[in-house]
Parts: sequence; structure tokens; C-alpha cells
Amino acid sequence: MSSVLLFTIVTLSTLGVLAAIILYFVAQKFKVFEDPRIDTTEGMLPGANCGGCGFPGCRGFADALVKEDDISNLFCPVGGGDTMNSIASFLGKSAPEKEPMVAVVRCNGTCDNSPKVNQFDGATSCAVSASLYGGESGCSYGCLGMGDCVKVCNFGALTINKESGLAEVDEDKCTGCGACIKACPKMVIELRKKGPKSRKIYVSCINKNKGAVARKSCTVACIACTKCVKVCAFDAITIENNVAYIDSNKCRLCRKCVLECPTGAIVEVNFPPRKVVEPTTTN
Amino acid sequence: MLKSFRLGGIHPPENKISRGAAIESLPLPEFVTIPISQHIGAPAVAVVAKGDTVVVGQLIAKAGGFVSSNIHSSVSGNVTMVGEFVDSSGVRRVGITIKVEGDTWLDSIDRDSTLKKDCDLEPKDIIAKISDMGIVGMGGATFPTQVKLSIPEGKKAVYLIINGVECEPYLTADHRVMLERAEEMVIGISILAKALGVVRTYIGVENNKPDAIAHISKVIDAYPNIDIIPLKVKYPQGGEKQLIDAVVSLEVPSGAIPIEVGAVVQNVGTALAIYEAVQKNKPLIERVVTVTGKKLEKPSNLMVRVGTSIDSLITYCGGLPENSGKVIGGGPMMGRAMCNLSAPVTKGTSGVLVMPIEESLRRSASVCIKCAKCVGVCPMGLEPYLLYKLADLGRLAESEEHKVTDCIECGSCSFTCPASLPLLDMIKLGKNEVMKIIRTRK
Repeated sequence: MSSVLLFTIVTLSTLGVLAAIILYFVAQKFKVFEDPRIDTTEGMLPGANCGGCGFPGCRGFADALVKEDDISNLFCPVGGGDTMNSIASFLGKSAPEKEPMVAVVRCNGTCDNSPKVNQFDGATSCAVSASLYGGESGCSYGCLGMGDCVKVCNFGALTINKESGLAEVDEDKCTGCGACIKACPKMVIELRKKGPKSRKIYVSCINKNKGAVARKSCTVACIACTKCVKVCAFDAITIENNVAYIDSNKCRLCRKCVLECPTGAIVEVNFPPRKVVEPTTTN
Repeated sequence: MLKSFRLGGIHPPENKISRGAAIESLPLPEFVTIPISQHIGAPAVAVVAKGDTVVVGQLIAKAGGFVSSNIHSSVSGNVTMVGEFVDSSGVRRVGITIKVEGDTWLDSIDRDSTLKKDCDLEPKDIIAKISDMGIVGMGGATFPTQVKLSIPEGKKAVYLIINGVECEPYLTADHRVMLERAEEMVIGISILAKALGVVRTYIGVENNKPDAIAHISKVIDAYPNIDIIPLKVKYPQGGEKQLIDAVVSLEVPSGAIPIEVGAVVQNVGTALAIYEAVQKNKPLIERVVTVTGKKLEKPSNLMVRVGTSIDSLITYCGGLPENSGKVIGGGPMMGRAMCNLSAPVTKGTSGVLVMPIEESLRRSASVCIKCAKCVGVCPMGLEPYLLYKLADLGRLAESEEHKVTDCIECGSCSFTCPASLPLLDMIKLGKNEVMKIIRTRK
């Protein structure tokens, strides 16, 4: 009995040692050299694997950062400037200059502003709804509110506001990775510069219908009246396909257009309350 | 034993309420809005402008490409607008709005109801005439008929199969055409056979329409090359590939079109339209529409001018009943709920179905238990549960591998799913996305 046990133990141990020796030499022979800096760089990245950089995950991005000589086109929107700077100094390359961006939902068609005219009864997915018909309200351009963007956001920055039925962005959580922009079938979401103190002015409407039609479907629609274009001193506003657009690179945040807009389609965020200049212009 | 297609299929309740209602002509509306895109392919190009006076049958939009179709005025009157209107899905599209004045027809159209049996045109000229008259497939897909009749080089049409199946529940438009217009329809079929140069023609009719089968059998006695094939009732037998399988037992390969096996399928409504176009010079300006619903006062089969608003059809049939949940364009299986009833009837509107609210709401979805019922009923031999999941996860390459593009969107999977999953919704989405990728490859 004991001899059987002994025999088994000895045989298996010998086999194990032999296999280990073979594996050691094979590993030496077929060794793949991998830059150790890739591991370190990957460790410095946020590790969200969101794909916001355009690479398949953080490992792929770290690989590219180490291998490319010029990394000025590569940027991790999640880690932002600080992460990129520290990685650049670690790798001895010049860091890309990029301002932090944030997602903005360009639709204000709440249930009050743009009342529902029908009820969608299909799969809970914006993409399905968009492929079938115009949408629940009279506006066929606005946010559908079924949360395709919420599903793809890795950072929990997006929510659907139950009351308004619209997607909302939590600016503190949003990293500007752009996943929601790809997921939105209506292309309502835009990446904009975060701006000083997160202050932003944008046209919260993308309805390309003519003014009267747009206004009929939503009280806060952009009607392309060109008032904002005329009042803007910096040529930041353009009108194309019946919608105004504010170029965040040219906008100096003077807020004149916000007052001028007759429908309230232009939105200001994170500004302090206005000083009351004369009673007629107060809200 | 009666023939049917081999793979899958379901038996939804038939509900053919309007089967006994003879075709009535809807009174002329005050306005019509005729979309310039009523067919698959490139939109037509409008050739009239605001202020023009048009007569019935006049060309108002010219085919905008090879796969496209001419569009003719369905009424006489004044063009009040060439511009955007809201279609039944709430999307703005381009159409021609005409204010109706009188009912003056183009002189060349023969409005005499006497049968004109002989057609001495060459096949080439028949197809040219069908193209001129703007004929499209009237079963619902609205594929331009002249394209379907132009056989690609190296292929030969052997069988002409006429689709009189009407497997969609509720719809009875084709049934009434087969009963009331069979003589004209059969002449249309023989013209089609001549254009294609086929020897054998089969008319496939499901045996829930025994009166139509008996009537057509009598009419085709004089035509030795036309046979009628009674089929076992099964949905979706009216699908092109299913019908070919049922009638001549041939399988159209994945991704191929029916001419690959030598078959051409045309709908009975199309055959009638072809008779009128070729023999009477009448363009496709009106069609039979089934207006039906369990609560509707007067379910009917109406001959409607293209461009008439949907709500005027419902008003004619007694108005929208209380507690209506959905109004569906087409049948309950493949039709689409409409969100704008002022949208016009088009060449492809086969039915308007008013569903009460208790029948129109979907049951809430639970989770897939992998019972594979959907796999069993899929007439294309696909795996709907898998395609659903792949579309949901956005795994398009795998969707393509699993032949999502073969889906005919019949809805059998959603109908049978015990978990009430929106299978077809997601599969359609995946199919669209995959099609987009395939198109960019070319």
C-alpha cells in the first residue's frame, strides 16, 4: 500500500519538475519583449476602459502612448489635462493641449414645452423609436428620453429626468468621453468646452423645421429669427438649417443673446443671478 | 394534403371581419396630398408647381432613378403646394397637395368597363408601359414593378407566381379583388406572363377563401397555362420566399432574390393594376384599402384615390370608435401604428386597422427563458432570441454572421414569445445597422 503511494508521489513530482524545466526554456526562447513603461502608463490612466480616446481600452491607449513619438493627438478625456501631463512627463514627451469638455443635451422639450401627441409602445430604446417614427411629441428632432445615453455612460453622469422626460448631464461626473454622443440616434448631445467655472451658453434646440412649424411643436424651439446673430458682437452665432449654433471657441459668455432670444431657446448655465438693471428686463 | 411552406409559421386569429363587404368607391375628397416617394428606391421628381391645373392620370412626378416610379395625379384640380407634409409616422416628407375640382380624366384613359382581352404589345413595350404608369408592388412592399420584371442577364423566369394569399389577419382587400375583379386580374396575369416569357403561372390562395378559389377556377378555365393552388392557412405565407416554397417547393438561397430559382412573384392587386395600365392606359392612382376593426361601425373595402387622408376613410366607415388604442397602417402583424391620421393613403396602403385600447397595449416584457419558440416559428430559419440579444448589445458583426439580413420582419417571433420580448423591434434595428455597414462596403 505505502509503496503505491510512494511511487505515485515520486512519479508526479518528477513529471512536475521536468515540465517546469521545459517550460522555463520555452519561455526564455519565445519571450516577447514588452516595454515596462506600458504597464506603468496603464496604471496612471483612469482604467475606465470607456473607449473615449478611440482605442480599445486603457491598455491599448497606453500602448499607443508609449510607441508613438508624437502624442499631441492622443488624449484621455476622462483623466483630462492632469493625467496627460503626468504621463507625458513620465514618458518624456510633450503633453497635448486640450480643454476639458462636457456633454450637453441640446433639447429643452419637456412635457410642458413640447406636449406629447402620442404614446410609444415599443421596445424601450431610443434607437428603436427613432427608426420607427418621429417621436412622442410633435418635434421629430428632440430627445426621446428612453435612455440609450444613460445605458452607455460608464460614469453614471447621465440620467433621465422623470418629470421632464429628458436626458440630463451631471457635469461633475461627465468626463467628456463622448460615448453618449455616439449612442444618441437623434444627435441631441454635443461635447462643448467646459468653460471657465463651467459657465456655458448654448442653443438648447436642434429642430431644423421652419420657425412656425418648430414653434408649434415646442414653445422653446429655435425659430431661426436671427436676433441672436445680430446682437452677438463676436460673430459666434451662425444659423444653418433653421437652427442657431453658438461656437464655444468664439463665445465670450456676454449673455446678450440669452436676453434677446424670443423663445428662450438659448440657455445659460452656472452663471450667478443677473443684476437687476431695469425692471422691464427682469424675468 | 394542401401545400404550405416548410419552415416555421404561426396561426394568428384571422379576424377577417370585412370579407363580405363589396368594394365601394370612396367619395372624392376635397384635398389630396400625394407623396413623391411612395415606393422603395429613389423619390420621384415633381414636374408640377404651385398653381398648375392637373387632371386625373396626369404625370405629376417623374421617376428619379432606375429603382423609382412615376407618380400621377389621382384627382383633377389645382396644385396648392409642392412641399412638406407630415406623414403617418410624424416625419415631414415632400408631397404634392391638390385641391380637388370636378373629376376630369385624361383623354387617353379608357374608362369603359368592357373587358379588353387581347394584348398585342411586345414584352419590352409592356414593361415600358408598366413603368410609365407608375405601377408598384401592391402587397405592401411597393417595389417598382418594372424593375422586378426586368430579368437580369443570364437568368430566366420559369414560374410566375401570383400572390393571392393575404395571410395578414383582418385584411380582405385582395380577397375582394379576386372575387369582384377576377376577369380583369386574370388578363393582367396573362399580360405579366407574356412580359416575362414564362410558361407556367400559379395563383396561390389560402383555403380560407373558398369563394375566391372557386371563382378564379371558373375564370381561368379559358387559360390553360394558369393554375390555382389552394394553400393551407399559415402566416406568413404571403412572404415572397415562403410563397415560392409553398407553391413550387423551391428554396431561395440566403441573400438571393427569387429570380435565382426562376420565380417571379406578383400580388393580385398588382395584376389588376397592370391590366388597367396596359389595356386601359390608367396609371396607378387608386387602390383597394381595407378599413376594419372590431369596434368599427362599418368595416369596409374601399376603392380610394391615392392621397386621400386616412381619417376620411375612418369617418366614412363610421368614425373612430371610443376607446381606440391604435390605428395601424397595414395589417396587425407587419403594419405600423400611425401617429398622424391626416397622413395620406399611398400606393402601398393595404389596410387601415383600428384596434381597441385593450388589444393594442403590449404586455410588459420579462426575461428570455430560452424556450426557443421563436426559433421554431421563424419562417426564415433564424434564431430570433439570439439576434435580439446581439442587436441589444450592438454586436453587429455577429448579427451579420447569423443572417440578420435574411429577416423578413414578419413578426412571428414577437407574436409567439411567452416573455413578450420586443424581439422584432430590436432585430429590425440590428438589421438596419448591418445593412448600413454592408452598403458602405460597396
